[in-house]
Amino acid sequence: MTMFSSRNWREYPQRYRLEASRFKKSGKTYFPPRTVDPETGDTEHEIVRLPDTGKLLTYTVIRVAPAMWSDEGPYALGVAEMADGTRVMAQITDCDVEKVRIGMEVRVEFRRIQSEGHAGVLSYGYKFVPRWF
Amino acid sequence: MAGIVGYGAHLPRHRIKVEEIAKVWGADAPSYKKGLMLREKSVPPPDMDTITLSVEAARRALIRAQTVDPKDIGAIYIGSESHPYAVKPSGTTVAEAIGATPDIHCADFEFACKAGSEAMFVALSHVDADHMKYALGIAADTSQGAPSDALEFSAAAGAGAFIMGKKNMIAECLFTHSYMTDMPDFWRREHEFYPQHGGRFTGEEAYFATTKGASVALLKKSGMKPKDFKYAVFHQPNGKFPQRVAKELGFTQKQIDPGWLAPRLGNTYSGASPIGLTATLDVSQPGDLLFMCSYGSGAGSDAFVWKVTDRINEVRDLTVRTHKLLDENLIYVDYGTYAKFRRKIKKND
Amino acid sequence: MREVCVVGVGMSKWGEVWRRSLRQLFVDAAMEAIKDSGVDHLDSLYVGCMSSGMFVQQEHVGALCADYLGMAGLPATRVESACASGGIAVRQAFLEVASGVSEIVLAAGVEKMTDCSGDDATSALAGAADQEYEVFHGATFPGLYAMMAHAHMDKYGTTSEMLAAVSVKNHHNGAMNPAAQYPFEVSIDRVLGSVMVADPLHILDCSPITDGAAAVIITSEEIARKLGKPYVKIIGSGLATDTIAIAQRDDMTRIKSASIALDQALKMADRKLSDVQFAEMHDCFTIAEIIIMESIGLYEPGKAGPAVLAGETALDGKFPINTSGGLKSKGHPVGATGVAQVIEVYKQLTGRAENGRLIPGSPKIGMTQNMGGTGASSAVHIMEVA
Repeated sequence: MTMFSSRNWREYPQRYRLEASRFKKSGKTYFPPRTVDPETGDTEHEIVRLPDTGKLLTYTVIRVAPAMWSDEGPYALGVAEMADGTRVMAQITDCDVEKVRIGMEVRVEFRRIQSEGHAGVLSYGYKFVPRWF
Repeated sequence: MAGIVGYGAHLPRHRIKVEEIAKVWGADAPSYKKGLMLREKSVPPPDMDTITLSVEAARRALIRAQTVDPKDIGAIYIGSESHPYAVKPSGTTVAEAIGATPDIHCADFEFACKAGSEAMFVALSHVDADHMKYALGIAADTSQGAPSDALEFSAAAGAGAFIMGKKNMIAECLFTHSYMTDMPDFWRREHEFYPQHGGRFTGEEAYFATTKGASVALLKKSGMKPKDFKYAVFHQPNGKFPQRVAKELGFTQKQIDPGWLAPRLGNTYSGASPIGLTATLDVSQPGDLLFMCSYGSGAGSDAFVWKVTDRINEVRDLTVRTHKLLDENLIYVDYGTYAKFRRKIKKND
Repeated sequence: MREVCVVGVGMSKWGEVWRRSLRQLFVDAAMEAIKDSGVDHLDSLYVGCMSSGMFVQQEHVGALCADYLGMAGLPATRVESACASGGIAVRQAFLEVASGVSEIVLAAGVEKMTDCSGDDATSALAGAADQEYEVFHGATFPGLYAMMAHAHMDKYGTTSEMLAAVSVKNHHNGAMNPAAQYPFEVSIDRVLGSVMVADPLHILDCSPITDGAAAVIITSEEIARKLGKPYVKIIGSGLATDTIAIAQRDDMTRIKSASIALDQALKMADRKLSDVQFAEMHDCFTIAEIIIMESIGLYEPGKAGPAVLAGETALDGKFPINTSGGLKSKGHPVGATGVAQVIEVYKQLTGRAENGRLIPGSPKIGMTQNMGGTGASSAVHIMEVA
């Protein structure tokens, strides 16, 4: 099933700018943003941007890739703990998939995430690259 | 006059060597390398395009601009011949990504390899005329070269971004000149995947005549001579053309060296001279005069005289230098991977 | 609440069942359960089905099933909680009988997964994960569990051999199960040599795509006794959820929903974990079985892998797990799995497990743990001989 473009558009603040919510009472940051703090039930929050560097907590290498990503397979996918402690899952691109390791330092980069064939809409967002500067 | 308050570049990590391409088509690698003065080119992976390159370059320009609030950017112009959409501007996505929307003007520019310098030219003009505090001009491309064509050896990818402003400039623009004629040297029809060109006709009467036309006029306008400049950057479809035009205009190899990236980068089309400018700024000193002249088939050249200020010392290393992106942490690919990345392989849709 | 029992069971063929449609699979299983129980009517039915909409464009499955069972008019509810749909269908039936609202309820599950391409099936299954923050970025189900596996291996030194041992054990059991999709043995070498799907999970670490349905009749003990057929008691039921995205969990090597659901079920049953003697667990991937074993407190964190390798969870081990062959060997028609787990525990407790698959020593109490996605939901049932 193709993804209707409004679904991606709605997530721009998260996908383009890594916007997260930080709740007033607990001071905890959630990505993606939440309306309700799971810890306190609090709804008062502010929007913050996540840092663009982090460390991999875990990863995998997807070798049997969905058709949409056949040009990019095999690709690495991981969960990183960003510099502020918040966790994000994203592909790790521009890397030798055999060299990805838990603990690897990563940086966020803006990349094309999905594209619907030749004529459909393009979806952009965040991926990780191994941090080298 | 207005000038650059922030600049940045972005390049892919992937490269392919001339030998790899020559192998597939039975071409003679050494003669291509010699003739083009080019040994490898950058290759954008499938998840990289003009928009993503522009976002990263723009983010670095913001870092070097230090105090520019994206909401104060009044316009964003992106020049490319490989905008991801034929209809839907690259500029709006980049503006959204850097947090500059919604009160902003946007337009996508196209003029073969000159689209980038156009974006810079228009951004500069708006700020100069006090229409807005800041304007962002971006040059970015992920251009295609047709398989087995000479251009396949050089068509590469990269982006350079410049935030123009009037206060706290890194480099002030002293003079500009634009020069163009109707020149059918290189083109791509609507709906075609690859461009076509006039072979040797793209040289003397096109690249050289136009570049020289703009450069000579600018030198005259500014009352300056080549020796007055510390550095010069020309459009670089390969290593040879900028070298030759520099010489013919009276510039030296030493002057073009910092911005002469084509031998290892390839032709980044709209990005070519703008990215060269970022690499040149990286090594400039306060007071240096920089000469820049782009070229785009069709054909036209935009020429600029820049004067570097004290601020360059503060900002050059706030983010990664262009030469580091050019030389370090490279991933070499074979032709098969290159063809897959560049979507040159027919697939079932 | 009164005593609730399982009194009749039925399964359709499980595998690539080209000749049976979604509704036909359901009817096959339901008719067998009804016949097996001897009931002459139903008061309502619950059917677990994860994704008939995405697989075969069919929604409104409760009504469809009642209709094709020849019982249009019957209260019918489709339950969806990804791979926990079946377990929750059983729970809903249990609650409806326990509360006295109904006497005889059919709890079933069905999934038709082969009327689409493999790519579409993977995409439908991915609906159990976080679409916007996991799947959008390229996560597949094997990929998500693979990430949990890597985290577990990094934290505890769990090895690929330990994961493979789960597959070997389950295939060994499944080889004795006439209902299994893949009733054959595999060796550790064969698992480790099979193609890598998402590092570190090989294809033989992953449960398959399966068409199938399973059904049980849930009723009060009074009616079960009157029917004169073998029956077992459901003495505890528990249900819990967790975050949908694994990145949002404090510990990606733990599935909290399983432990919370188990505690609830044990409390209801007034039993301790040490009273439970065997289990059907949700081995959608080999690592899942290991993580659940630790999450429910059966083993200390990091100790489940070595235990499997040592044979502690084999048919004749200390605590047999997945004597049916598990999802790995028996198959995993998503909505039906939770119900089939209940069927296996029923068969073990009533001595009806076939082909030498019976757990030695006549155990009295068994449990099922059925979970959705990467553990965002878990349904646990504890069953006891009557």
